[in-house]
Amino acid sequence: MLGPNGAGKTTLLNSISGVARPTAGSITFEGRDITGMRPEQVVRLGITHCPEGRQIFQRLTVEENLVAAHIRRAGRSFEALRAEAFDLFPVLKERRNSVASRMSGGQQQMLAIGRALMAEPKLLMLDEPSLGLAPKIVHQIFRIILDLSRNGISILLVEQNVQLALECGDYAYLLNTGKVKLHGPAQEMAEHSALSEHYLGGVNETVLHV
Amino acid sequence: MLGSLIQQTVNALTIGSIYALIALGYTMVYGVLRMINFAHGEMFMLGAYVAFLVLSMLIGTVGGAGAIALTAAFVIAIFLVGVIGVGIERIAYKPLRNSTRLAPMLSSLGVSLSLVTGIQILAGPQPVAFPSFFPAVRYEVMGGTVSSVQIGILIAAFALMFGLHFLVNRSRIGIIVRAVSESRPTAQLLGINVNGAISMVFFVGPLLGAAGGILYASYYGIMTPTMGAVIGLKAFTAAILGGIGSIPGAMLGAFILAFVEVGGTALLPIVTHGVLGTEYRDVLSFAILILVLLIRPAGILGEAVSEESIVYKREF
Repeated sequence: MLGPNGAGKTTLLNSISGVARPTAGSITFEGRDITGMRPEQVVRLGITHCPEGRQIFQRLTVEENLVAAHIRRAGRSFEALRAEAFDLFPVLKERRNSVASRMSGGQQQMLAIGRALMAEPKLLMLDEPSLGLAPKIVHQIFRIILDLSRNGISILLVEQNVQLALECGDYAYLLNTGKVKLHGPAQEMAEHSALSEHYLGGVNETVLHV
Repeated sequence: MLGSLIQQTVNALTIGSIYALIALGYTMVYGVLRMINFAHGEMFMLGAYVAFLVLSMLIGTVGGAGAIALTAAFVIAIFLVGVIGVGIERIAYKPLRNSTRLAPMLSSLGVSLSLVTGIQILAGPQPVAFPSFFPAVRYEVMGGTVSSVQIGILIAAFALMFGLHFLVNRSRIGIIVRAVSESRPTAQLLGINVNGAISMVFFVGPLLGAAGGILYASYYGIMTPTMGAVIGLKAFTAAILGGIGSIPGAMLGAFILAFVEVGGTALLPIVTHGVLGTEYRDVLSFAILILVLLIRPAGILGEAVSEESIVYKREF
């Protein structure tokens, strides 16, 4: 999901996860109408929202962040899910007893994704996971996001880094002022001239004004 | 001199541990809901009345109860008050959760008045003699007097605080309560059982407050329907002093307040040559509250004033 600031990307994620109530339209997941459902119901259906700015519990330890996010249902045990998260992000295992606020931005993002996985999502919505991170860390995180996608978790990624997003994604939507302006397979979108017009064009404009 | 020092220290620890039990309820509720529960002092009062009722139902009388009956009455009473606390939250606060910050606080004032008046109607407004929950033995320690009631209160209060520490820091529900305290929106987004965490706080807080009430009534041998008012305010002061929202802060604040009160009450007449007597004890406690609010509103262990509290002021 691409688009300039204020295009409505986060609002879209908030509407899906039940934090915001849409004023019109409907949201369907696996053939089921989920419009207006409360966040805890949406999570139990298998949609997890990994919010912008990570929003990890700063005063809790790494392990406690994972414990808090584990949803008790008929699914897999906490231990199994934690082991999986630790496999994906070995640094979380190393620092499992550290208070989350003491971790670097990259580690906090890994914790945010690890924590989201504790709810066993079928659809994982990531809101700008690259925000404020060094390029090297961003690549590391995107490699793991691709792994998750190969393991059968659908990913809905909101990203400002257009190039990276189009390289990783299968299908892309361009959102502006709350409307889908363009959509198509990521590869085609990458070659589409209109994309630079809508999106990168906008960026250039701002640069000129500055 | 040493004897009276020991005696005053034990006095301060006794009253401090009772303040701490009540202050914990204020701070935990504030932690998860950013709300001051003005009805919390009444949980303290209810503790004593419910224990009295349970005891008289268990053995038909309240005098001369054995250790087993007293322990059973204590445990049943604090558990019942915990359940009452959860019920009050469901009825009086939960429907107002998405309203303004002020609404549940006003509702809690209403709950407080209803409980005091309710008990006055049911049990009468006059003070009632309360049985001691501990055998009354006095020990002489280096010239000072320490009673077994005080020791019993200290043991019971510290056992409960240790239990709370374990619950909050080691158990799954404790972790969830801390997550909800830190950010309710994020907890909701992750599908965490926010209502469960809030109910837990409204069970544990009143339970501890009720325990404080039973210990207090058994210390002074008396209970009244209005006993929660001043003690509730003192414990609230302790919670603010320690940093509201902080569990260690509530305990620290309670003991500091108790030591200042007991020490101040002992020293005031000496220092001022009898101009200010022991009746200035409450003035001293509330002067601390005013000073803390003026100098360091976040309290000793509280976090620095955040953007959130600015929003909070604007809402009023």
